Amino acid sequence: MNVAALLIALVAPAVLADPAEEARARSLDAEIRCVQCENEPIAQSTADIAVDMRRLVRERIAAGDSDAEIRAYFRDRYGDFVLFRPPWDARTWALWLAPVGLPAVGLFVIFAGRRRGSAAALTPEESER
Amino acid sequence: MIAEIGAFAAALALALSLAQGIFGLRASRRDSRAEATAAIAQAAAALCVIAFACLIAVFVQSDFSVAVVAANSHVDKPLIYKIAGAWGNHEGSMLLWCTVSALFGAILASTRGGQDLGLWSRTVGVQGLVTAGALIYTLFMSPPFARLDPAPMIGSGLNPLLQDPALVAHPPLLYLGYVGLSVPFSLAIAALISGRADQAWARALRPWTLAAWTFLTIGIAIGSYWAYYELGWGGWWFWDPVENASFMPWLVAAALVHSAIVTERRGSLASWTILLAILGFGLAILGTFLVRSGVLTSVHAFAVDPTRGIAMLVLLFVALTIGFGMYAWRAPKLAQPSGFAAVSRESMLVWNNFGLAIAAGVVLIGTLYPLIVEAAGGGLISVGPPFFNATVAPLLGVLFLLLPLGPMLTWRVGDMRAALKKLAPAAALAVLTLVAALALSQWRAVPAIGLGLGVWLIAGGLIYVWTRVQRGEGRLAAKLALLPLAVWSMSLAHIGAGVLTIGAIAETSFRSERAVALRPGEGVAFAGGRVTLLEVGQIEGPNYSANRANFRVDLPGSSRLLSAERRFFPTSPMPTTEVGILGRIDGDLYVALGDAVRDTPGAWSIRLYHNPLVYLIFLGALMMALGGVLSLIALGRRRKVMA
Repeated sequence: MNVAALLIALVAPAVLADPAEEARARSLDAEIRCVQCENEPIAQSTADIAVDMRRLVRERIAAGDSDAEIRAYFRDRYGDFVLFRPPWDARTWALWLAPVGLPAVGLFVIFAGRRRGSAAALTPEESER
Repeated sequence: MIAEIGAFAAALALALSLAQGIFGLRASRRDSRAEATAAIAQAAAALCVIAFACLIAVFVQSDFSVAVVAANSHVDKPLIYKIAGAWGNHEGSMLLWCTVSALFGAILASTRGGQDLGLWSRTVGVQGLVTAGALIYTLFMSPPFARLDPAPMIGSGLNPLLQDPALVAHPPLLYLGYVGLSVPFSLAIAALISGRADQAWARALRPWTLAAWTFLTIGIAIGSYWAYYELGWGGWWFWDPVENASFMPWLVAAALVHSAIVTERRGSLASWTILLAILGFGLAILGTFLVRSGVLTSVHAFAVDPTRGIAMLVLLFVALTIGFGMYAWRAPKLAQPSGFAAVSRESMLVWNNFGLAIAAGVVLIGTLYPLIVEAAGGGLISVGPPFFNATVAPLLGVLFLLLPLGPMLTWRVGDMRAALKKLAPAAALAVLTLVAALALSQWRAVPAIGLGLGVWLIAGGLIYVWTRVQRGEGRLAAKLALLPLAVWSMSLAHIGAGVLTIGAIAETSFRSERAVALRPGEGVAFAGGRVTLLEVGQIEGPNYSANRANFRVDLPGSSRLLSAERRFFPTSPMPTTEVGILGRIDGDLYVALGDAVRDTPGAWSIRLYHNPLVYLIFLGALMMALGGVLSLIALGRRRKVMA
């Protein structure tokens, strides 16, 4: 642990007094990866470094940072890997657009396939219904 | 000696599986060859079972001259974990994979039913090649019976996280599911070779798909429950790469279960059903690869071995190349399907498949995206819960919105207005839930929508059962008894999805947690009650020592005792948590014991969680699996009637 983190661990509160701010801190905790365990967000990790990172989140909130600023703060310190929420940039727009693009392609295939004539197999009365 | 018998049996099984493949694929015109294929398939399965039994035997004996045993077992381990240790490692689990594949081949070989001889023997043949591929990988890339010289005295022990009753069931069930998807794959390839995928073919496909889906459902649910109580923070789903690796085949298998119904009942969608069968098995291999190679950071990192990943990818590549190649070449030659209207049972099942396939696609892209970015030189990024919750959850939401309509529509041409009219009470109930949840949660939209959807699924499922009951004659009991099993199984699975949705939304949106430092005798108010730490003591387990904390939980009108442990295994640097869970109707009170607090003598760090309605998640999954089982029974009965 470096000196700055040690200082934060000593001064910053473990829980923020304002419930709304604490709720914000909790949801941020769930989005930040513990740099020691790597499989868990700091919200759940029991590693010492996760405790310090949680305090860091609360310190930034107490200092008036927005959620985006806090994410940027962690990204600058630990890299993109630390955030479970992938950023929106040149590398990831294809990822974020996939949930819209895939259905669009799928719909096109379905309707193109339908027009080619499976409906023709219905009898006239059936088509009227 | 036992290890050598096992190795020999496995090698012989490989030779026989290859023979099964060659004979099966060439048996189309001669009955004698088809009979030989069946006999070979059964012999190969018997040999695989012998090999796997030998592996269990060396684990039970703690024969540390076998490398796998030395690396994964320990003399002090309880017997049940010695046995389960046989599949709690890479080599053993791969041998289990082969064994299951060979067993399924033998079952296929002995259940021809009314299938076309050529189609059936080719299916057995392709299954033989699948088993052979897996055996080649296992015997050459990760030999389970390799010896060590000199042999160590005690063995290095199983990862303590794995020493849990769930280890006995979770991996084998998932493997039954993964490998179960190899049979639809074999059926699909055989259909493409034969150039036909008719209703008899779909009839053969359905039980295998249902069984694979049911195994995956139970396997995933057990894994999820295991994570919930073992990891010590109440998480039951984290969109972890390995969780996704099991969720993708599950989604595709669910789609396949539904599309196979259409192909069997109506003869349509055959080519789509074949494509799904190929995709499903591809994702099952990918799942095995993601678990076994460790290319992605995951809570399952205990299973990593990057060097073997390449070989697994080669297998995946071969299976998908053959699959998609055959599909592109032969699928256009399949018979044209019969038609259906835009409003019909078929079209609803198409939308079901659409939603499930898109969801699987998004999970796939999200899971592999970090690898792609890294390979392209973009550095390390994470794609975690914030992405999947924002994308897959809404997709499934739309799917669930349409779900209750499906069973209400008839085949070929349905009447949407009549269906909506019948479902009106369910819709009203769902809207009521939505509004009430909005008002009670200070206008939080996401949980309100989720709860509304859950109620819509449950009420819609019940209304469907009721409309079917009304069609019968006589007293209510007689009507209920006459209801086809298929109605119960489908409704149970659909209602289960609603129950799971409510549990998942309640848990994620309304959970509360509190981290406290307590000295014995001190208590803290939590979740409408009071939790008091009574004492913390040392206890000795069979192969660990533990701190054990006893708590008293005072609730209005009752008082209960609860204990939580933190276990230290001499074979592992990381302690494990055994949480205390108090199940109540409103949800679980969940207590995890941490370390002694550094700067406050005598105090322990303790985390308290209240997980509202969390049990509905597992109950819902169980209902879905039970729906699968009932549906299998219904199919079995029908087969008997037809025979």
